[in-house]
Amino acid sequence: MPFKRKHLLGIEELEKEEIELILEEAKSFSEISLREIKKVPTLRGKTVINLFFEPSTRTRSSFEIAAKRLSADIINFSASTSSLLKGETLRDTVRNLEAMRSDIIVVRHPSSYAPHFIASFSKSSVINAGDGTHEHPTQALLDAFTILEKKNRIDGLKILIVGDILHSRVARSNIFLLTKLGAKVYLSGPPTLLPKEMENLGVTVDHNFDRAIEDADVVMMLRIQLERMSKNFFPSLREYRMLYSLDLKRLKKAKKDVIIMHPGPINRGIELSAEIADSEYSVILDQVSNGIAVRMAVLYLLSGTSEA
Amino acid sequence: MKEKIKAKIMDDKKISRALNRLAMEIIERNKDLGNIVIIGIRTRGVHLAYRLAKIIKDLEGVDIPVGILDITLYRDDLSLLGPQPIVKKTEINFPVDDKDVVLVDDVLFTGRTVRAAMDSIIDLGRPKTIQLAVLIDRGHRELPIRADYVGKILPTSRRELVNVMLKEEDGSDQVLITEPVE
Repeated sequence: MPFKRKHLLGIEELEKEEIELILEEAKSFSEISLREIKKVPTLRGKTVINLFFEPSTRTRSSFEIAAKRLSADIINFSASTSSLLKGETLRDTVRNLEAMRSDIIVVRHPSSYAPHFIASFSKSSVINAGDGTHEHPTQALLDAFTILEKKNRIDGLKILIVGDILHSRVARSNIFLLTKLGAKVYLSGPPTLLPKEMENLGVTVDHNFDRAIEDADVVMMLRIQLERMSKNFFPSLREYRMLYSLDLKRLKKAKKDVIIMHPGPINRGIELSAEIADSEYSVILDQVSNGIAVRMAVLYLLSGTSEA
Repeated sequence: MKEKIKAKIMDDKKISRALNRLAMEIIERNKDLGNIVIIGIRTRGVHLAYRLAKIIKDLEGVDIPVGILDITLYRDDLSLLGPQPIVKKTEINFPVDDKDVVLVDDVLFTGRTVRAAMDSIIDLGRPKTIQLAVLIDRGHRELPIRADYVGKILPTSRRELVNVMLKEEDGSDQVLITEPVE
């Protein structure tokens, strides 16, 4: 099945087969990063623009490295250094970038659906690198790739996502992806950050972390996003830590070969104890390496669908 | 697109004889067999590469490393319109520096695949030599490329298709000339 989409805006609208295709392609691309000369000529002459309206190191540099390993040219625009501070509208900013003949625009924006808005008028392909509390599709893809690498399957696994689900685009994208691929997804976190209605997405909500973690194959810890919280969602960080921090004692209830994931950046000592972050169970750094392969695959597949 | 079979050019016996001869020629030409590596181009070149390595092992008792090359990322027609072709994994788990690389493919036609394969291998290192072995050379080159070892030279018209079918992939060993019918 060929990949025919022009944009990657979210996981929700993808077919299972499209997700599997991206993951399969990412396998082929992962080998390139292990070479001495980590570069192939595939996207020579293509221009990729990183348009970031929110701080990011991991995602932005991951896209940058992915584009460079495919020989594309990449330019970074971040909100703090661009004309947006001078009052330019988003539409004008994108129009100007397109006048420079961009082929792919990678967007991160604090407003949900900003990438969809850009895609509605842009000639370039648009990749959503995180929009508000909506989706972060490449993060979910790299998470799935990492699970497949460690477990060889997703279908039937018990995957627990813990923490601030309400504000988490990573959680949303992962829920869409993992349920499409047949995982049993469990969510845990304080009721203020995890509404019971999330069960409508085909997952199990259990506010008791100690119960939810039993026999889990994968535990995905989310970052507490203090920057997105305008009011108090829990009494104190200390209480949050007592109820929802992952330490070795809690981990014992999961399967013996459990893996621990985290999209980063980690608040050491809040979501995860330091001993867990550095333990053999942790695949957090594999996630970072795999992010490059997944983004190479996405950049490659989207470059094929250019319209005349 | 339907295809009409015009002729059966080779059966399993002929393919096996041709491969035996190719292996002999590779042995003759390379004094230092220990320095050879064989790299097959996906998909059918890979099966031929493994067969050649086995024949050489049977004849000379030397284990020759076999690698798998996918040339998709080095194609020169990717920017043409249409969905991207699927990239499969390249698996060359040995250094190619200073090696005598025998590149293997089923059919040599325009030479563009071989160009892509050579660029790809050179990105992996600096081989001492790159030699080319093909089962069929059907002519119509568009680049200055020739094979060092040829199973069969097969004059064709551009309209015709040469289908190499191999047990590992297609269930049986044969080479057919077919032609598309409207």
